[in-house]
Amino acid sequence: MPDLLLELRSEEIPARMQRKAAGDLRKMLTDGLVEAGLTYEAAREYWTPRRLALDIRGLTPRSKDIREEIKGPSTTAPEQAVQGFLRKAGLSSIAEAHIHSDPKKGDFYVAHISKPGRAAEEIIAELVPGIIKSFPWPKSMRWGPASAKPGSLRWVRPLQSIVCTFGPETEEPVVVDFEIDGIRAGNVTYGHRFHAPGAITVRRFDDYVAKLEAAKVVLDADRRKEIILHDARNIAFANGLDLVEDEGLLEEVSGLVEWPIVLMGEFEQDFLTIPGEVIRLTIRANQKCFVTRPQGAGEDLSNRFILVANIEANDGGKEIAYGNGKVVRARLSDALYFWKTDQGDLPDLDQLRESAAKFDLDLKKPLDQRMARLDHLNVTFHAKLGTQGARVERIKRLAEELAPVVGADPALVARAAVLAKADLQTEVVGEFPELQGAMGRKYALLQGEHASVAAAAEEHYKPQGPSDRVPTDPVSVAVALADKLDTLTGFWAIDEKPTGSKDPFALRRAALGVVRILIENRIRLSLTSVFAKAFANFKGGADQSSDLLAFFHDRLKAYLRDQGARHDLIDAVITPQSDDLLQIVRRVEALGSLLDTEEGKNLLAGTKRAANILAAEEKKKTLVAETVETALFREEAEKKLNAAVNQAEKEAGQAIQNEDFSAAMLALSVLREPVDSFFEGVLVNDEDQAVRANRLALLARIRTATDQVADFSKIVG
Amino acid sequence: MTIDIPAHMHPSRSFQGLILTLHNYWADYGCLILQPYDMEVGAGTFHPATTLRALGPLPWNAAYVQPSRRPKDGRYGENPNRLQHYYQYQVILKPNPPNLQELYLGSLEAIGVDPLLHDIRFVEDDWESPTLGAWGLGWECWCDGMEVSQFTYFQQVCGIECAPVAGELTYGLERLAMYVQGVDNVYDLNFNGREGAEKVTYGDVFLQAEQEYSRHNFEFANTAMLLRHFEDAEAECKALLDAGTPKPSDNLPMHRMVFPAYDQCIKASHVFNLLDARGVISVTERQSYILRVRNLAKACGEAFLKTRAGGLAAA
Repeated sequence: MPDLLLELRSEEIPARMQRKAAGDLRKMLTDGLVEAGLTYEAAREYWTPRRLALDIRGLTPRSKDIREEIKGPSTTAPEQAVQGFLRKAGLSSIAEAHIHSDPKKGDFYVAHISKPGRAAEEIIAELVPGIIKSFPWPKSMRWGPASAKPGSLRWVRPLQSIVCTFGPETEEPVVVDFEIDGIRAGNVTYGHRFHAPGAITVRRFDDYVAKLEAAKVVLDADRRKEIILHDARNIAFANGLDLVEDEGLLEEVSGLVEWPIVLMGEFEQDFLTIPGEVIRLTIRANQKCFVTRPQGAGEDLSNRFILVANIEANDGGKEIAYGNGKVVRARLSDALYFWKTDQGDLPDLDQLRESAAKFDLDLKKPLDQRMARLDHLNVTFHAKLGTQGARVERIKRLAEELAPVVGADPALVARAAVLAKADLQTEVVGEFPELQGAMGRKYALLQGEHASVAAAAEEHYKPQGPSDRVPTDPVSVAVALADKLDTLTGFWAIDEKPTGSKDPFALRRAALGVVRILIENRIRLSLTSVFAKAFANFKGGADQSSDLLAFFHDRLKAYLRDQGARHDLIDAVITPQSDDLLQIVRRVEALGSLLDTEEGKNLLAGTKRAANILAAEEKKKTLVAETVETALFREEAEKKLNAAVNQAEKEAGQAIQNEDFSAAMLALSVLREPVDSFFEGVLVNDEDQAVRANRLALLARIRTATDQVADFSKIVG
Repeated sequence: MTIDIPAHMHPSRSFQGLILTLHNYWADYGCLILQPYDMEVGAGTFHPATTLRALGPLPWNAAYVQPSRRPKDGRYGENPNRLQHYYQYQVILKPNPPNLQELYLGSLEAIGVDPLLHDIRFVEDDWESPTLGAWGLGWECWCDGMEVSQFTYFQQVCGIECAPVAGELTYGLERLAMYVQGVDNVYDLNFNGREGAEKVTYGDVFLQAEQEYSRHNFEFANTAMLLRHFEDAEAECKALLDAGTPKPSDNLPMHRMVFPAYDQCIKASHVFNLLDARGVISVTERQSYILRVRNLAKACGEAFLKTRAGGLAAA
């Protein structure tokens, strides 16, 4: 069976797009081949910065001939029917049709249609140009003289050549001939840009890979990654260092070279006074180099870094390592400048006095100055939600309100809140926005803030998602809650809520953050009353309170489901007014424990039966008495159930008052026996209408008694 | 291309020698060698020889040095790599020739960068100039990890699709010179290639200016005045475009005042950069200023298409 080799060679493809593009190419081509009636044994894609390649093995050389018969009308049918048949079968005259005989129907026309199979080359030549024209690059471009006209070919960068050969292993493969916008498929490619600039003629995948390798191109990206990782570890180890591994960077770097050569560079020890995270990000983001640590040195970095070159340099890489070292030094000089500038005075302190007074800031301290400037510059948070300064004021007020609820020192909370956003005005965060919070903490410690205040600068952004750590320090908790609740109420007040997949302000994440902080820290909080305070800051927000609460209910449900809680139990305990998330969770837990017992299961069955009967009778408009009349009881079981319901309702109500949900459940579970006996011994549908109405009223009492704990009708099973 | 020039003209010794070598290389290829635009701009792209000439169907090949001002990058002359005023070498080829990468690599070899000794790489960089309403795809060109050039296939300029696409090469001359001269501090660059008493360094020429302009950019530039200048430039740009608009009675609907209007767009852009350096523009205002400059650039680009160099043919 023949094999297909396809290579699309272009100018340098962005590293981050290569893997997916090669996969797309395989999928699009193999899908197309199969759809055209071909089969293949195996297909694998490859890529380098300058090429996407595809190796398809065991492709059928032709698609099968297709024969089909289309039955037509009787030979005696009117002309109109015959014409219809000709059109349908695609025949030009009835003479082309065959006549078949049937003992019952007599003679009728049949069209014999035969579609001959097509050569694979022909199918490939037709498919590939279409795939190239419709290729799903995230961004594509036009180029050269052809771009003067509309509709010219687009590719990620200029497409230079196409290799497309096809043939069995035992024969000389043929070039599949096609052309797209002046690029004609052939069997010529090029190796490494500098090491092997000459043309290479290839036959099939095996010699293609070998010839590329000889021309200093490692075609397989995963092999390039292995080479880089292996050599980087070795060179680090040989120098008494450990490589700080970074899969994302490794993937990117493997997409920047065709012939990876690992080298080591260095910078001055002095730069190690910069926080390690800043050094790593500086070197990674700008230079795509790996950092190292002295062996066994914990988190500290060493002053040597690892770079990956694309050439085997004449001097063994000395110039390259030296040059890279220079650039890294320049970048670190910038980082050091930012780091030091952030710890020094701002030039225009006099202008900042008013803002400083507003937040009770000490203008002798660098971070205080940054907060004053954040306010002074009127930096906008959101066009409809005002400035960052105003936002910090709101967060501070709300955090102070929350301080006693979460058990935090209000003075520390106030200080933490006014410093929490100050690092947005630092140079380091300007350069690396992902370090917001982390830098605030470092600078706060450097100016001697209380450890909790410093921690809050970082932790108030947490948790960032379902798996991020939840802050536990009460100061962090107060500021984190205030920050998130301010954001949520603000966006609700201006009606910028998440819709479908759109959540540009990450409001779902903020609400989930509140949920996790409250529940994982076991904090009781009435959201409705906090909303009232927070909404008071915004015009027209108050009527959004119940909508926002419902949004929290959804987040809570999602969170509890992820924790393995039954969604029906959550639905059973949540009412539109439930505004204490921890209480909801406790109810769910208690309900779950109850339903794990025999009593609970039977009680559930009994209450459901009661509810079903009631529902059926209510539908039939059967009279249900307003209240239960003991005088109308005929059976002992009725009396017992009535007494038990009254008792259980009272005890459960009491327990709920005391927030003892287990006790409430226990009180209800006592109902199991009388409910069972009632259904065993009493016929609800008594002939006496008054008795029947009274019995139905008793069943309704079961529902009201249980409703105060949970809506049993929502529980499944 | 072998270099047959006196030692003091050699790019590895002389900053001006580097410029002259690039001029020679691109002139030899067939570029017009233009002179810098006589206004304050943030990058070589702002020169009308790029911004406006990239538009329309007419072929255009030009190269020039453009002094570029980035007020925010001032470091009072204390940073060895960062300058608020520096030189860009700009090459614009419309339509881009198919071997533009090879031509670019040839220019590096011309200035003495051996690609088998130095690691030259094309690293993704989607170029965008929000103020010019321009974008393109291309790369940062790295030499041993240092970005020495920007390589862009213009897709859109002034909000208008480029047809055909122009290739733009922008060399950071100081960085490149530091590289080929092997110096670590920009101010140590040998400017004229001479030694001893005759030697003039980059610092001799520019250090004082860097210090003074840093003070100006960050501390003393009169922001109230600059805000007025911005408004004035914006209004003037619109007024000139308006005044030059073809009249219904014209035989050929030709715009008659694009270049002067575009000057005002450049001016607004630079004033905005100064205001930004002074820290008086908040994040949201920033967007709206950029948008205002972009609207001017778009209007200029559209007007340019109604001129002869924009491809307007005589009726």
